[in-house]
Amino acid sequence: MAQRLLAHGGLNGELAGAWSRARVLVDGSGRMTVAAPLLEVRGLVKRFPGVVALQGVDFDVRAGEVHCLLGQNGAGKSTLIKVLSGAHRPDEGEIRWQGEIAEFGNPTAAMRSGVAAMYQELDLVAGLSVADNVFLGHELSTMGFTRRAEARRRTRALLDRLGHRDIPPDRDVGRLSVAHQQVVSMARALSLDSKLLIMDEPSAVLDPDEVRVLFGVIRELTAQGVAVVYISHRMAEIREIGDRVTVLKDGRTVAAGLPAREVRTSELIGLMTGRVLENVFPQRVPVAQEAAEVLVVRGLAADGGFSGVDLTVRAGEVVGLAGLVGSGRSEILETVYGARKATDGTVEVDGRRLRRGSVGAAVRAGMGLCPEERKSQGLLLDQAVYRNITVSSLSSFARFGFLDDRAERTRSNRLTEALDVRPPGVDRVVRGLSGGNQQKVVLARWLLRECRVLLLDEPTRGVDVGARSEIYELIRDLAARGVAVVVVSSDVEEVLGLADRVLVVREGQVVHSGPADEIDESRVLDLVMEGHAA
Amino acid sequence: MSEDTVVTAPDRPATEKNDARRGISALLGSAAGRNTGLVVALVLLCLAGVVTAGDRFADLDNVLTILRLAAVIGVVSVGMTFVITGGGIDLSVGAIVALSSVWATTLATQGIANSTHWIVVVFTALAVGGACGLVNGVLIAYGRVVAFIATLASLAAARGLAEIISNRRTQILDVRGFTAFFDASVLGVPVLVVIFAVVAAAGWVLLNRTTFGRRTFAVGGNPEAARLAGIDVRRHTALLYTLLGLCCGLAAVMLIARTTTGSATHGGLYELDAIAAVVIGGTLLSGGRGTIAGTVFGVLIFTTLSNVFTLNNLSISAQAVAKGAIIVVAVLLQQRLARRSGT
Ligand SMILES: Nc1ncnc2c1ncn2[C@@H]1O[C@H](COP(=O)(O)OP(=O)(O)OP(=O)(O)O)[C@@H](O)[C@H]1O
Ligand SMILES: [Mg+2]
Repeated sequence: MAQRLLAHGGLNGELAGAWSRARVLVDGSGRMTVAAPLLEVRGLVKRFPGVVALQGVDFDVRAGEVHCLLGQNGAGKSTLIKVLSGAHRPDEGEIRWQGEIAEFGNPTAAMRSGVAAMYQELDLVAGLSVADNVFLGHELSTMGFTRRAEARRRTRALLDRLGHRDIPPDRDVGRLSVAHQQVVSMARALSLDSKLLIMDEPSAVLDPDEVRVLFGVIRELTAQGVAVVYISHRMAEIREIGDRVTVLKDGRTVAAGLPAREVRTSELIGLMTGRVLENVFPQRVPVAQEAAEVLVVRGLAADGGFSGVDLTVRAGEVVGLAGLVGSGRSEILETVYGARKATDGTVEVDGRRLRRGSVGAAVRAGMGLCPEERKSQGLLLDQAVYRNITVSSLSSFARFGFLDDRAERTRSNRLTEALDVRPPGVDRVVRGLSGGNQQKVVLARWLLRECRVLLLDEPTRGVDVGARSEIYELIRDLAARGVAVVVVSSDVEEVLGLADRVLVVREGQVVHSGPADEIDESRVLDLVMEGHAA
Repeated sequence: MSEDTVVTAPDRPATEKNDARRGISALLGSAAGRNTGLVVALVLLCLAGVVTAGDRFADLDNVLTILRLAAVIGVVSVGMTFVITGGGIDLSVGAIVALSSVWATTLATQGIANSTHWIVVVFTALAVGGACGLVNGVLIAYGRVVAFIATLASLAAARGLAEIISNRRTQILDVRGFTAFFDASVLGVPVLVVIFAVVAAAGWVLLNRTTFGRRTFAVGGNPEAARLAGIDVRRHTALLYTLLGLCCGLAAVMLIARTTTGSATHGGLYELDAIAAVVIGGTLLSGGRGTIAGTVFGVLIFTTLSNVFTLNNLSISAQAVAKGAIIVVAVLLQQRLARRSGT
């Protein structure tokens, strides 16, 4: 055992810190040994029909550490944590929990042993209140009667701890924003008092300051000896919060237990993707001053969301909308698209004014919206990839209403290859794809459609670094062909790197508008948070 | 225990093996695979028929009787497949059939038909059915009434209207040419059966090969996503119910031809038979997945079952029990297959 740990240290130059965190015991003979890791996984294999999601994963987590899992979309991260939390049964391999072989047949068994998981795809029950969701499956009760007041009180305390006094414990979860749902999901995981907390891309829908709060909570937990498994595609986060990193590629461990702070980003990307990535963002092409104004929005307002929004996008221009979740960014896009009814203002495409609140009118004018929530607003989960891609451009594949299946598949295939959707194959059902790959499918739908105006809401949420740069390329290509693009993103770096012009939205107002290269990340963050930080 | 913590995987995963496995499970789960279960069920039923009723079952006339009976409910079921695939449900089909059959056989309609052409009867039934479907569709899509409730209301209203019009009497049809046309056979196949075959084939093409069909899957699979993708979900929904209404009108024509009557009691419990046939065929009640071939098998299975029971002098009640059992078994089987195909 000790030898093994030395091997770790020797190979990876591991920190003494990790040593001190590992539990050290003295056995009967007086020799010092290192306790078994909290969780140890050997040779884990998980097969789905047609796909081997995990084909031999080795992985271990020690008490009190933050262990990051890294890998491309579809590498098997979510599947691994679902196996660990009892949501899936492994086909082969062994899981040791505190040194004992463990079989988590179902999530409840895992929960009882002290494993809590926050899944990538939110697993809350719409229709139930926040408090009910937090304690679902481990309700507080006396002789079968739920203690609702107590549940509410504890829920409020948990939400407080996560910096969200603003979420009422009685509110129906289905009526919360995605970001708030994510917070509820975190509260649920915290309510379990677990020894191991698994978080699958928790930061994907969070704002920078919410991520900071989350990290505060994680540090608190690890100080108490709780282990955290943290999945994210954002390198900066891994550096900040991680102790060790395990990299998965195609369902296998390619590197285990690397020190999170020392290992070079290029090395990690190399391990993940097997290639070297030069520039994430493509070169900007200056937009001609005389380029036509394709999208003109004036004085747009909607109830309870935002007001007085002016936005002009020229042909070939990419405009970025930065702002906090809930600042009104997505509402602006949806209103421009007609999916929400504007109370005031006008939207013009190519000089023609659109009817308010009519998606049909917007679509006919050549507008497309890639919505924020891929699951509820974007995907036909039980249908094939190619059908998801072509659904909004069916007429271009039809002659007299009859569809040309073959053309649909070919064109979709070209896009999925460009976006590196894994596993390949446009006949697969979308439900079986990993989160990032599902996002690519939604995006592909809008890249396929020939739009005049393309509105993209969080286009790269949950997409890995490699594929992200492909997506940026494709967006740039579209702009070069004269499409007017509007991108909403919580990732300030993305907005600044991709857009020509940046608009900052705060509390339903546009507070800044200017060229992207005249403003830097910290200034945007200041603008975004002004009056918000307290 | 592995000494070395950095494990480097070979660059190429074993894709060929994966492909083979994928091929097999794809076959199992594909439409062909799923229908195999239904084919087997149908064959077993036929065997049971031959064993218990012998020549009375395995007789060409009997087979044609089964098909003729299947044709009417079959046409309704094809329409129902569209509505259910599109995420809806229609409980009023039986009532619409009744109303169409009554309206198309009133003395007034028959009078016009006799002084012009028998096709008037057909058009009347289609118009009444289509109009009822349109009303359902508009109520559901634009009025935002839950489909279950809206069509429950139409069920009551349409049957009531049929009783008022017919004065609760069975109306005998006597229109020159009509009976002759529908009683004929094409190459030994009764016209009713030919109509069913044509409707089923057209339904298959419409669902699987056209924009309309694809939009139906999208609307049923995720209406919000379909709306944001630029599909006019409300109009499409209204069209689906209208289509089903037209199917009911056609079914009414076929029923008139088979019975030479129009009556407010026609089409009793058609809604249950149609929904059951659609569901055991493999169409998802929650929408987004549908198969016409499955529906056709579903209809044939139920009709054959009734026939076998009748030949053996078993009661209607026993038939109902057997039907219930078949539905449960079929749905369980389907879930198995669906899980295996990973969908
Ligand atoms: N329920 C399922 N049915 C079929 N295949 C599945 C299922 N769940 C996952 N897979 C497949 O398993 C592989 C691993 O998926 P997983 O979700 O674990 O990826 P991931 O590493 O979490 O990716 P991402 O970064 O995109 O979230 C993928 O190829 C995926 O298509
Ligand atoms: Mg994942």
